[in-house]
Amino acid sequence: MWKILRQIGRTGIRSEAVPAYDDALRVEAERIQRDLLATLGRALAIRHVDAGSCNGCELEIHALDNPYYNLEGLGIRFVASPRHADLLLVTGPVSRNMELALGRTYEATPAPKLVVAVGDCGRDGGIFGTCYATCGGVASVLPVDIVVPGCPPAPIEILRGILTAVRRGRPAQSAPQHPT
Amino acid sequence: MRIPGLELEFDRLPAPLPIWRARVDADAWQVAARAVAAGGGRLVALWGADTGWREAGGFVVCAAYALADGLAWLELPLAADAPAYPDLSAQFPCAVRMQRAAADLLGIVAIGARDTRPWLDHGAWPADRFPLHEQEPEDAAGERRKVIDYPFVRVAGDGVHEIPVGPVHAGIIEPGHFRFSVVGEKVLRLEQRLGYTHKGIEKRFTQLAPLDAHRLAGRVSGDSTVAYAWAYCMALEAAAGCAITPRAGSLRALLLERERVANHLGDLGALGNDAALTFGLAQFSRLREDWLRVSKEVFGHRLMMDSVVPGGTACDVDGAAAQRMRDQCEAALIEVSELRSIYDEHAGLQDRFMGTGHVSAELAAELGLTGLAARASGLAIDLRSDHPWPPYDTLSVTAATHRAGDVAARVAVRFVELFESLRLIRDLLAALPPGEHRSAVSLPAGATFGAGWVEGWRGEVFVALELDGDADGHRIRRCHCHDPSWQNWPVLEHAVIGNIVPDFPLINKSFNLSYSGHDL
Repeated sequence: MWKILRQIGRTGIRSEAVPAYDDALRVEAERIQRDLLATLGRALAIRHVDAGSCNGCELEIHALDNPYYNLEGLGIRFVASPRHADLLLVTGPVSRNMELALGRTYEATPAPKLVVAVGDCGRDGGIFGTCYATCGGVASVLPVDIVVPGCPPAPIEILRGILTAVRRGRPAQSAPQHPT
Repeated sequence: MRIPGLELEFDRLPAPLPIWRARVDADAWQVAARAVAAGGGRLVALWGADTGWREAGGFVVCAAYALADGLAWLELPLAADAPAYPDLSAQFPCAVRMQRAAADLLGIVAIGARDTRPWLDHGAWPADRFPLHEQEPEDAAGERRKVIDYPFVRVAGDGVHEIPVGPVHAGIIEPGHFRFSVVGEKVLRLEQRLGYTHKGIEKRFTQLAPLDAHRLAGRVSGDSTVAYAWAYCMALEAAAGCAITPRAGSLRALLLERERVANHLGDLGALGNDAALTFGLAQFSRLREDWLRVSKEVFGHRLMMDSVVPGGTACDVDGAAAQRMRDQCEAALIEVSELRSIYDEHAGLQDRFMGTGHVSAELAAELGLTGLAARASGLAIDLRSDHPWPPYDTLSVTAATHRAGDVAARVAVRFVELFESLRLIRDLLAALPPGEHRSAVSLPAGATFGAGWVEGWRGEVFVALELDGDADGHRIRRCHCHDPSWQNWPVLEHAVIGNIVPDFPLINKSFNLSYSGHDL
């Protein structure tokens, strides 16, 4: 336990506090927190869905949980069920094998709900395009609010995309048709 | 290269690792499988191809075996009207899913195979269409079939129930379905169903120019982008008969070792987290972020995507960048050493790690376990020490092994490999050869083959490439990418037997297998 405490003490608080990297990010983080509070006044719950990605975007979404970005400190957290979510964070060209599961996840998410498509593949299929096995971008399957381009986008860009979606807030709407 | 009991005419491909290629008939196909299995060799990959472009109406099935003196790529031509080949699963159980995938994509079948359920085909394309057939229209979407009700193997008995999980999982991970049959908390059986991220990568390769397709290879599995890009470029350079400069080789190894460190840092944090030590996640994810930021500074990309290019690397490393990376290695060494002693001495953590998800050396060898997980079960397989290609021939890499075969062993192997990679990075930077970091690759005049074989952080990545010549516009006719996850996913099914359901995430993470690299 002593070693753990010593390591924690040595490490200090890294969240947006290292000047060499983080001056710009700190501004960003504070602004994000203000906007979130103003818009929601509560936590934002995100359900991530990999609809066929190469897992590059997943690595960068994971990075949002590291101490530098301190996502939970901003009132944003990932949840285990779409039924708990306000926002779906979707990656990948939507593979045809995931089309049904993605549609069902969307349906299981209570309205009002937001969809953020992450990565060049989420935008338009990226390098994989549209083919016998993929439907292309997320918008070909779900109504998308925000697209965060990049291959993969850096964590701060994903965070910016999430925030932008929240600020735009969209009224409830009926779910689109999905194959069953 | 020789396979006992066979007189085959092998051609050695001009790759930096010893890779040999030969054609066989159906008898030799079976004799080879038995001889390789008896001699302790491994099946690295099995795939099929429509070779109608090079010989009338033909299909082939290929097997890549790892033997003591290198890799043997065997090609068996199949009859056009009823393309079938002898099943390999009796010798190599890991062949089952690869054979099922080849049947889905090409309609070639393994005679005598017991499990013939579709694997990558979930009903998204018409039953009579095979995506990798040459005449298949390139962007054919086709009619979606009714969703296939997949026949999972049922476990019967008093109190047995099933827990279906996925394809959408509770965490930030890739999609796949796990069907647990349990009694109380105890797992009796796990059956996986994968293929959800199948995105037609192998078809897509045939639409790209050979000199651009390294970008697609680098996106087969994003966490192994360097390993795949290197394996693809190695295959392309072998096909073109081009060598890279010593500096390019060292830079590629530098990228590969940096990728290994980044992934091990991420996994060590996640493994602590899955055993309820969130301190571990916070510390290791911080170190990983530091690591990725330096990759971005030096190579222009946090994951180093598109850094390995045909002929060498996309960018060079100057003195300042080298110093930056050396300093980071020093700092990482101190921090990771401290964290390792915390992990080692943490009773609660070790209690969760030790004995959990056990895979014995015998089971590992029988099922063909490979890469990091194999080394944690006592199998000393590491291409960097088995067939040290430049620059590894001067670095004397020692394969990190452990005998326990449990989660604790897979954690320990990660620590040892991480330290070894930090050492390699320092050694590589200390002796970067002078010269160009990239040389021109001229595509071959005639149709040709190439192969690449690289020890990625998860295990061996293999790429087999077939190129057209001048006359046909240098098309990629076939590019098969093989991920070590093909071998290791079925072993995970065994590793969880007898464990409790709440330990599954921990066991799963200790293997950390790729869905995308497997589903293609």
